[in-house]
Amino acid sequence: MKFAVIVFPGSNCDVDMYHAVKDELGEQVDLVWHDADNLDEYDGILLPGGFSYGDYLRSGAIAHMSKVMAAVKKAAEAGKPVLGVCNGFQILLESGLLPGAMLRNKNLKFICRTVELSVENNETMFTSLYKKGEKISIPVAHGEGNYYCDEATLAKLQENNQIAFTYASDVNGSLSDIAGITNEKGNVLGMMPHPERAVDELLGSADGLKLFQSIVKHWRDSHVVNA
Amino acid sequence: MYKVKVYVTLRESVLDPQGKAVQQSLSSLGYQGVEDVRIGKYMELQFDDSVRDVEGTVKEVCEKLLSNPVIEDYRYEIEEGAKQ
Repeated sequence: MKFAVIVFPGSNCDVDMYHAVKDELGEQVDLVWHDADNLDEYDGILLPGGFSYGDYLRSGAIAHMSKVMAAVKKAAEAGKPVLGVCNGFQILLESGLLPGAMLRNKNLKFICRTVELSVENNETMFTSLYKKGEKISIPVAHGEGNYYCDEATLAKLQENNQIAFTYASDVNGSLSDIAGITNEKGNVLGMMPHPERAVDELLGSADGLKLFQSIVKHWRDSHVVNA
Repeated sequence: MYKVKVYVTLRESVLDPQGKAVQQSLSSLGYQGVEDVRIGKYMELQFDDSVRDVEGTVKEVCEKLLSNPVIEDYRYEIEEGAKQ
């Protein structure tokens, strides 16, 4: 399986994401600059964390206008897995690939620590190797991770099982403790916690690795005959 | 030549923790009468004469980029021939 890690000016988790895929997952991966207009050769798209364009205007607001995002949308429409982590999640929200928006953390502080997440939906291509309700330890590092959407959108998220991860206890004020959501089709996941920083026990937790392994499993099951 | 002033504010239904912190700070300074503070953004845009439909364009850029309609409202003022 071949992944693209999209790099924007100001991305700073791109190399962690690259390392997670190449060295821990053992799959092919390229760093792809934001002005690329074609992602056809890739089977999975990863939008890393950071501060694209210095978070000017709003987090992710400028990045979602960049050339590569048309290709990311095309990949999402084709059903390819698209994962946005932290700033990557914010970019997916700004681009409309996922519903809702991010507000400043309730306590106005930048929160940087490992938190406990609950796997709410293990029937997605990103979470199939977890158990439903499983508690996993994944680091967060953000100032604007306070997820917000209107009541109708929240009801829809719940109804369609689009909430993939929640915080086991309140971290940043997010509505319904939402830590990660998918689109309706289930092939686009945005999450504030950083699974790519939890892929080896040496890093304190390897709980994030199963997320990447789930993506690969889904791809093998649907693309490789006699897998 | 047009000068456009754009104000972007959080929607009424959205909590503004920054505004709340400023309100509490004012209250501890002794300004008990300040009931609420909402923080927003102010932007100035300069349009040249090549833009025919200034108002339409302003609305478009406000909705596309300058504000996020999920959490923010915008309003604007258009001033003619403002550049010195």
